[in-house]
Amino acid sequence: MAVLEQSGNTPGMVVQLNEKRKGESLWVESWRRLRRNKAAVVGGIIILLNLLVSIFAPVIALKPYDKQVLVDNNAAPEWVTKVFPNMKPREEGGYVTVNNSYPLGADQLGRDMFSRIVYGTRVSLTVAFVGPLVSILIGTTVGLIAGYFGGILDNLLMRLVEIMYAFPTLLFIILLMTFFRTSFANPEAGTLAYTLGQIDLASGGMLFIFIGIGLTSWMQMARLVRGQVLSVREQEYIEAAHAMGAQTGRVMFGHILPNILGPLIVAETLTIPTYISYEAFLSFIGLGVNPPTPSWGSMIAEGSRTISSYPNQAIFPALALFLIMFAFNFLGDGLRDALDPRMRGVD
Amino acid sequence: MGKFITRRILWMFLVLFVISLITFFLMRNVPGGPFAREKPLPEATVKLLNEKYNLDAPVVEQYLDYIGDIVLPRITTGKLTPSSAEDYLVSIPLSGSGEDQKTLQWINFGPTYKSRSRSVNDIFRENLPVSFQLGVAALTIALAIGVPLGTIAALKRNTIYDYIGMGTAILGVSFPVIITAPVLQYLFGVQWGLVPVTGWEGPQYAILPAFALGFVNAALIARLTRASLLQVLNEDYIRTARAKGLTERSVIVAHALRNSLIPVVTILGPLFAALVTGTFVVETIFGIPGMGRYFVTSITGRDYPVIMGTILLYAFFLVVMNLLVDLAYMWIDPRIRFD
Repeated sequence: MAVLEQSGNTPGMVVQLNEKRKGESLWVESWRRLRRNKAAVVGGIIILLNLLVSIFAPVIALKPYDKQVLVDNNAAPEWVTKVFPNMKPREEGGYVTVNNSYPLGADQLGRDMFSRIVYGTRVSLTVAFVGPLVSILIGTTVGLIAGYFGGILDNLLMRLVEIMYAFPTLLFIILLMTFFRTSFANPEAGTLAYTLGQIDLASGGMLFIFIGIGLTSWMQMARLVRGQVLSVREQEYIEAAHAMGAQTGRVMFGHILPNILGPLIVAETLTIPTYISYEAFLSFIGLGVNPPTPSWGSMIAEGSRTISSYPNQAIFPALALFLIMFAFNFLGDGLRDALDPRMRGVD
Repeated sequence: MGKFITRRILWMFLVLFVISLITFFLMRNVPGGPFAREKPLPEATVKLLNEKYNLDAPVVEQYLDYIGDIVLPRITTGKLTPSSAEDYLVSIPLSGSGEDQKTLQWINFGPTYKSRSRSVNDIFRENLPVSFQLGVAALTIALAIGVPLGTIAALKRNTIYDYIGMGTAILGVSFPVIITAPVLQYLFGVQWGLVPVTGWEGPQYAILPAFALGFVNAALIARLTRASLLQVLNEDYIRTARAKGLTERSVIVAHALRNSLIPVVTILGPLFAALVTGTFVVETIFGIPGMGRYFVTSITGRDYPVIMGTILLYAFFLVVMNLLVDLAYMWIDPRIRFD
């Protein structure tokens, strides 16, 4: 019977084999489609430029990002006072100290805004690239297990996902961040808590941001992976792998995972802007990166307090944040169209 | 149908219970307490405060007390003063008067440690309506812009309308409120002086924050509407509707649009819950006395009953909205059946 079934499937297997050989060209083809998408290319270039800025930040930034020159607090260059008409220079009877050595002005502590925005690129980009890892790790594992084993395990895990969904994400992140920040503040040397606390300090407070965001946003990934596994699980090549005596782990990670990777990449790319805005939000409320590490979110928070007098202090970091979110949105959209043309225009 | 709703409501209570459990024990494990100050209070004071709020009891007992105060209705005897009535959301005088006054009281979310005269219920009464109005206004703006924009983009697919519409939508989703709020505030409040910059004293104060909140969600809804309408337009029943000679207008409005609303309705549940319970960023930037700030200040100040109250309030809105969304599915698409 099994033999008959196998022979019955021969044409299908041939297609499978051909597809395998063409497997590389599938990515090549996606790459070609992606390059044809102008919006995605623009997005990609903006991200690359940001990447360069973050790598060469010490060269690009004119001043140290944390140096406070108190006499220059709230100073602005001439062009900024022209763009924002309510910022009248002191010479013309206004209140703004004009100082052209700050390209975008200085904040209320007299720190160079331009340098802070340049260094802020590092935080946002790290969140964009490393942030999703935790949620991918948890989400993929839960989704694979639920989809592959099914039954009670599936039921339990999916109920857990449902309960987690009912938590207000941001509130849960705040609670977790407060927990991390205070629990790992002064632990004894040599313990795991100490090591984690040190890594967090070394990363300017980013480690706990990653963990916090990851722990609250893996559910969507788990659902997606589970759905994909369910549709792939019954296909012939999985049956073939089983028949050849492959272990469960090998089937899950060696056969199923690579075949559902496309939609996962697309889904993650599309959520990158969400991670970036979470970090900005956390820094906005003061639970994000440790000061004086500059983050656009905390700059917006500080700037928006004085928006009537010094709009440049909130508007410039807001524009920087917008640019990177916009770039990732366009690239994500393009990736989706390129990797899965059937999904074109479908969310 | 009845069975479905019963089961869903039971499930709702289970979810709320689990959430209260996780939150309670997580927050009690966060180091620091409600009375920790930079300059520490005298030990005796802290001890008295802990006794007053029953914080020295075993945590499990505190949890049961807390849940009991919310869930169990109780009949109290004693003079009904405004403050004793306000501690409970439901307070119905039964019989007697004066000192023998018997009152049925139900749902007490506890005190707030930060103010002696206020309770969590007071916060709900005074601050929730503000956030609610703002949230409903924002949601209305999001739907009023999003659905038409997505519909036009789908109907005029691959034309200039589609590209402009969807380009705007991608721009829109790249504008989280943390960006739109200061930019709108500067342009319309400071630069052109059309609307007040901050505060909450009249309808004109709601315009900017509602648009700041509505804009990003309008973009989200526009993209969802377009994608789902495109899918629906390929369905057989649309071809049938056209074949039987319906006008294009009634094909679109009565058949296509109605069915394409399902994904939009799906996200409306969580969106509604998030918007009406307050958004910290917008309320901070525009100085609005809503619920939003309690989501943050309660946690940083370890104001335990307020943390529980805000999380449970949000979760309650969410599970109720999700139930309504499921019921709306059946109305939108009669083929959907739950059993």
